[in-house]
This record gives sequence, C-alpha cells and structure tokens, in this order.
Amino acid sequence: MARVVVDVMLKPEILDPQGQAVQRALPRLGFEGIADVRQGKRFELEVEGPVDAAALRRIHELAETFLANTVIEDFTVRVEEPAVSEEAPA
Amino acid sequence: MTSQSLDTVEHAERTPGTELPWAELGLKEDEYARIREILGRRPTGAELAMYSVMWSEHCSYKSSKVHLRQFGEKAPTEGPGAEAMLVGIGEQAGVVDVGQGYAVTFKVESHNHPSYVEPYQGAATGIGGIVRDIIAMGARPVAVMDPLRFGAADHPDTRRVLPGVVAGIGGYGNCLGLPNIGGEVVFDACYQGNPLVNALCVGVMKHEDIHLAKAAGTGNKVVLYGARTGGDGIGGASILASETFDAAADGDSGTGRPSKRPAVQVGDPFQEKLLIECTLEAFHAGLVVGIQDLGAAGLSCATSELASNGSGGMRVELDDVPLRDSSLSPEEILMSESQERMCAVVEPGNVERFLEICEKWEVTATVVGEVTDGDRLEIFWHGEKIVDVDPRTVAHEGPVYERPYARPDWQDALQADDPGRLPRPADGKELRAAALALLSSPNQAGKSWITDQYDRYVLGETVLAQPEDSGMIRIDEESGLGVAVATDGNGRYAKLDPYEGARLALAEAYRNVAATGARPLAVTDCLNFGSPEDPAAMWQFAESCRGLADGCRELGTPVTGGNVSLYNQTGEAAIHPTPVVGVLGVIDDVTRRTPMAFADEGHLIYLLGETAEELGGSAWSQVAHDHLGGRPPRVDLERERLLGEILIAASRDGMADAAHDLSDGGLIQALAESCLKGGKGARIVVPDGTDPFVFLFSESQGRALVAIPRSEEVRFTDMCAARGMPAERIGVVDGEELDIQGQFTLPLTELREAHERTLPELFG
Repeated sequence: MARVVVDVMLKPEILDPQGQAVQRALPRLGFEGIADVRQGKRFELEVEGPVDAAALRRIHELAETFLANTVIEDFTVRVEEPAVSEEAPA
Repeated sequence: MTSQSLDTVEHAERTPGTELPWAELGLKEDEYARIREILGRRPTGAELAMYSVMWSEHCSYKSSKVHLRQFGEKAPTEGPGAEAMLVGIGEQAGVVDVGQGYAVTFKVESHNHPSYVEPYQGAATGIGGIVRDIIAMGARPVAVMDPLRFGAADHPDTRRVLPGVVAGIGGYGNCLGLPNIGGEVVFDACYQGNPLVNALCVGVMKHEDIHLAKAAGTGNKVVLYGARTGGDGIGGASILASETFDAAADGDSGTGRPSKRPAVQVGDPFQEKLLIECTLEAFHAGLVVGIQDLGAAGLSCATSELASNGSGGMRVELDDVPLRDSSLSPEEILMSESQERMCAVVEPGNVERFLEICEKWEVTATVVGEVTDGDRLEIFWHGEKIVDVDPRTVAHEGPVYERPYARPDWQDALQADDPGRLPRPADGKELRAAALALLSSPNQAGKSWITDQYDRYVLGETVLAQPEDSGMIRIDEESGLGVAVATDGNGRYAKLDPYEGARLALAEAYRNVAATGARPLAVTDCLNFGSPEDPAAMWQFAESCRGLADGCRELGTPVTGGNVSLYNQTGEAAIHPTPVVGVLGVIDDVTRRTPMAFADEGHLIYLLGETAEELGGSAWSQVAHDHLGGRPPRVDLERERLLGEILIAASRDGMADAAHDLSDGGLIQALAESCLKGGKGARIVVPDGTDPFVFLFSESQGRALVAIPRSEEVRFTDMCAARGMPAERIGVVDGEELDIQGQFTLPLTELREAHERTLPELFG
C-alpha cells in the first residue's frame, strides 16, 4: 500500500498559540536561537490501490473538506516514497 | 499600497493625482471626497486605511446613529434605573450602581459574520472582544451569555455552523474561567446564511474603579500591551461589516491587497486571561490615565478614539509596535485585528511600574507613542510621517446617513394573514399531540446539549444559570448581593411588527429578570438587522429603535450601551429583524431568589396575568403550520411593571417557591419546563369558559407561573388583589405526570424524552 502524507499548517498570518507556547518554553529549557515556532498537523493516509491522478484528486478533496479548515489553514499533499527495504520482494 | 516607496504625508502632498483603492476598502465616492476635503489633500495609504475602517458601518454607526440617539433623548430621567446609571451610552460599556459600593458593567455585542465564515474562531473571538470591553472599564468580568440564532435545525450548513460556534464559545469562555450563565438558541431558515452570534459580558467593580477611555495630559505615554500584531483580521471591520461580505468570505484570493487577507482572527484565551489580570492590577495600582481595548479596526480605532476623547493630540511610532510578522506594511499594522491587545495611557513616571506589571504577567508591553499638546494624531514609520489627521474626524465625525426607509408593501398582507384561520387541535388527543410536537421542536426543546458544553459554575458565584429565566451571579459573599441578567428577542414577532417586537423583547427580558426575584435596572441591546440600504430593512431598524426607546422610558430602564449589526442579508433575503435585549437586575440577597422548578408536591400553581387568544408569530403557528402572520401579542408595559413588582415581592417575602415566565410556547411550555426541572408533575384545571387550546398555547404577555406553598396562599392572593394583578389558581404540583384535567396527561418520562432528545439527535 502506498502512503500519502497531508501536512496542514495554519496560514502564516494566523495566530498560532500552540507554536508560541512551544517557542516560549524553549529558552526556559535551555534551547536558544529559535526565532519562531509554528505547529501543524500531519496525516498519513494508507491508500488502497494505485496512487494515480484520480486518487490524488480524491485525497486533495478530502483534505480540503475535512482534514484542513481552509479558512485559516493551508495544506500540502505528497506521496511518500516507499522505503527500499519494504520494496524488496520476499 | 505594498509598494517599496513609502506613501508619506509629504509624498501625498506632492502627488495629488495618485489613485488610491478607496472603493476596494469599502468607501463610497462621496466619503472619499470628504476625506480629501478634511485633509486638504489626498490621504496617504495609511490614512486611507484608518478612515476606511473607522468609517465602516461597524465602527461609525453611520446608518444607525440618527436612530440610536433616541436611547439618550428618551432615557428615563427618574426612577431606580435612571438613578443607578453611572456611565451611559458612548463609553465602551455602560455602568450601573448596584448598591453597597458596587457597580456593574455589562454589554452585548455581535460577532455574526466572522462566526459564519469560521464558526469556532468567530464565536471564540466574539467572547474575547466583549470581555476586553468590560476590562477596559476597570471591571472584573464575572459571567458571559450568548444569544444565538441559526438557520433551520435540519439544514446541513447548520450542522457546520452550530457545533463550531458552541465549541468556540465553550472553548474560549471555559479557558478564561468565566461562567456562561444564559442566552438563547433560536432556529429559523431566515438565519441560514446569516447566523447571529451575540455575546454579552458582565463585570463587577467598586465605584472608585470606573475608568474611561481618554488620553489626557501632554507627555503621557501610550502603551500597547498584549499579543503581538499580526496579519490576521486585516480589513475585517470594513469588509466583514460591509456589503462586500461575499468577497471577504472567499478569503485569501491572493491579490495582495490588505482587504483580501483572510478576515478571520484566531484567539488565545490564555493570553486574554493574562490581559485581564494585568489590566486590573495596573488599574488598582493607579497607573492608568486612559485605556482602550483593540477590537474592530485595531490600532486605527484605539489611537484615534483615545486621542479624540482626550484633550490633546497623539504621536505614535509605528516601528515600535511589536509584530508577529515583520513583513507587515504600516497600513496593515494599523488595520490588523489581532486579538488580545489593549492600549493604555500612562503618566511618564508610572511607565516603568506599568511595564513591570506587564512583565510579571508575561504580557508584551511597549511604549508606542505619547500624548502631545497639539490636536493632531501623527503616526510615524521609519522616521517619516505617514498619518497627520484630526483624530475627531476619524473617530467621531464620520459620515452620518439619514437612510431612506419605508414600510414594506408586504407588511399589511403579512399582518392580515391572521393565524385564527389555521386548523387547531379539536380534542384532548390532538392537544396532546400538539403539545408534544411543540415541546420537541428545535426551538422549544431543551437546550442542555448546547449549554452543557459551557462551564456554568466556574468562579463559584453562579446562583442561577440556564435553563432558568435569567442567569444570576452573587457579587458579595457577605451580604449576598447579586445581579441577574436575561437576554431575549423574538424575530418572528419583530417581523410582524418591528416596533412592538422590540418592546416585546424588552418586556420578556424584564419579566425574566423579575421572575427570579431581581429588580430590573438597565438595558443593553444588540440590534441585528438586514441591509440599511434596503428601505424595508431600514424601516424595521427605525421602528425597533423607536419601540425600544419608548419601552425603556416607560419601564424606567435606560439603555446603557450595545451594538448594531447591519447587512445581515444574503441577496434580497434579510434576516427577521432581531433586536436582542439584555436586562440587568439587582437582588439584595441571592438566597431569596426564585427558581423555576416545581420542587414540592402540594404547592399551588397560580397563573398571573390575563390570557387572550394571541397566536400571531407564536411557536404553535410555526411548529404546527410553518406559519408567520397576523399581529404579535399585545404589550402592556405598565402590566409588566406590576407583574415584576409582584414577582419581586413574592421572592423577597418568601411567598413563592417557584416562578417561571410565560413567553414563546405559552403556558404548556412553561408548565413542561417547571415540571421537568423539578422532576415533579402537576395537575392543571382549565378554567371554566376558557378554550383549552388558547389556555395552553396562546402567547399573551405579562404572564407568569408561580408555585405557592399553601401556608402563603392567602398572603399572596391578598397582595395580588390589593395591587390589581389578575391571579388564578390553575392547579397543584403533584405526581409523576403533567395532567391537563379533562384533556390529556403526559408522563414526565415521556415529556422528558420528547423535550430533551431533539438537539442531541440533530447535532450529537
């Protein structure tokens, strides 16, 4: 089965309270030098059948209607290359 | 406007011919001409940004102003309401004296369009905005309420909007630690594309802590504190509250113009909590000369209003504004509606202490300007002057429109379409079915699926919360002093007659407050209407203002402030005119409150007031026939006042064990709610000569249900007789069923099932 990854991020101009909380915690824990943190969501979809243009279109549609709130979030869809060891025939 | 070369004042003077996108920013041609005339030159991009947001309908009240004046002109000049008024209309929220050195501030506002675009964040930031209005008065917020209107309950888009709105209100309010003590939920197809999300906040302070927004004293510093300024909500004020709403709903279409940025803001309730504590500590330390919250129109509004309310001018260095996104242009910084920000004016000697308090609460605070001795608001960017205006022309002397209004030609036909012709239940069996249909309809069903998502008891001072007639909060632990607030508004009544509809909303909220035993004192209103450019919608607005102002004078309850939301319209289809009225009352000792539940068997049930056949706009006509026509119920405010006095006396003297107001759904609705709340049944006798259907379903005003212990019956009926209040004994609290004798019986289990399963089935 092929894996398609959908990354969902708040649009750049939208406030990200979670990312800010992480950023504020970093120096407290001794991690310096991080200017900004934005936190998002990553969805890993195991797709049945081939990941062709039609499948990607469907995934795009489901991401747009369900995984992301496109009023405040952007998303990207990409096919994850299978690792070599998994690809090797038994 | 995002070009490399800076549009300074000097540059504007040199290039009078430069075209600016005034139309895209929502300004009309004559408004733009007026700005040029005021300035004696073309505005800079930054000036245009400020004028466009401040002259939007949302900020300037340009269409509503001429009608809103009545609330001041007709304000009651005597009586407890007038005497209690400490701060009236015009400030960020009105303030009322509630005795024992306490003052209460309360206000209701709308966040309608944002909540349609992005339900969760729209509703959440609606709470955030009204809470900041309350802290800007120097008060500690103690409770919130939400009057909500949605499209048809079974419409798919309502399934998108409602859960998001409810979660947003709950999420933000619960994180802030404020109890949500009431409000309303109404469904009607007219709100399908224009849901109404209103938010009310109540705050408490001591008299000496009242603070007003002004920037007096040359040399005083302007401190911006709270969240950093980002690119969210840019143009929200001018676009979302203007006729180009559809364009804004498309969100980011990538043209690069500020108005095309997504007009949605994301709130951070934990930041707001810090802002509350930080602001109140600064107030108590005496460090604040003037203060203003940043809401719609952001910095444009805060700087121009603070300067305009003060004596002098103001100079602001925009480079000093802490940014979340360093690519923002000065115009965008001025228009940004980033949440959780406040602006304070502080004497130079106190700035250090003020900043220390902010640091203690981990709130970013920066001096961004100072009060000057001139009368200009000057804003600088990279050392160059980009704004040079008279702040009054931005904040207070915007355009004022006498919009044409006319009674729509369909009004007569609507009023002539009397529900008297509709088929009615003929016997007990049909009455029973009609009762169940009514009580399980989305509007009349129990709302606990929604209200259970809100924290009602946080802070530990909640005395009453939904589904009681009004929410009640104790404000003094020693004496038991408390306040009660109810919000009401019936768009169906107002559609039939907008003048009477506003008075009916006032009457119901007044009655709800009195039913719990509190003395009604003051009013806040959120006026939700269609487009002011439509003469019919404008007529509805004008009539409702007139009705509410007349009603408030008659009842002696002044309007202390509120909000107007126009353009709640999609194409030709406007919402029902929906004036939402909030009434605040005082109760000297909350232990004397009257709840709505029938709690003790044997108590006698009295119906106060008179029942006529009044079914226009009724819940029955909607549920049984999907009908809206005729005239709304008659309002007699003198009777409402008398009923209020009876209910307050019954509470104070311990005569009534329960009281519940009668409104939409009539007697059957009130009986069912009081029975279910107390888990006790009732035996009810239809009085001789009364039509059982009218008795149970009419929505005549000025009525309430009370449960009187037998030992108090004589004292109570004597009081009613002496004061001329009609009171009829209609039954007794008893058993496990609601028994309308000779007609039908409804076991409480069946009643509960019908009343409480509707909303979970629709939205659960």
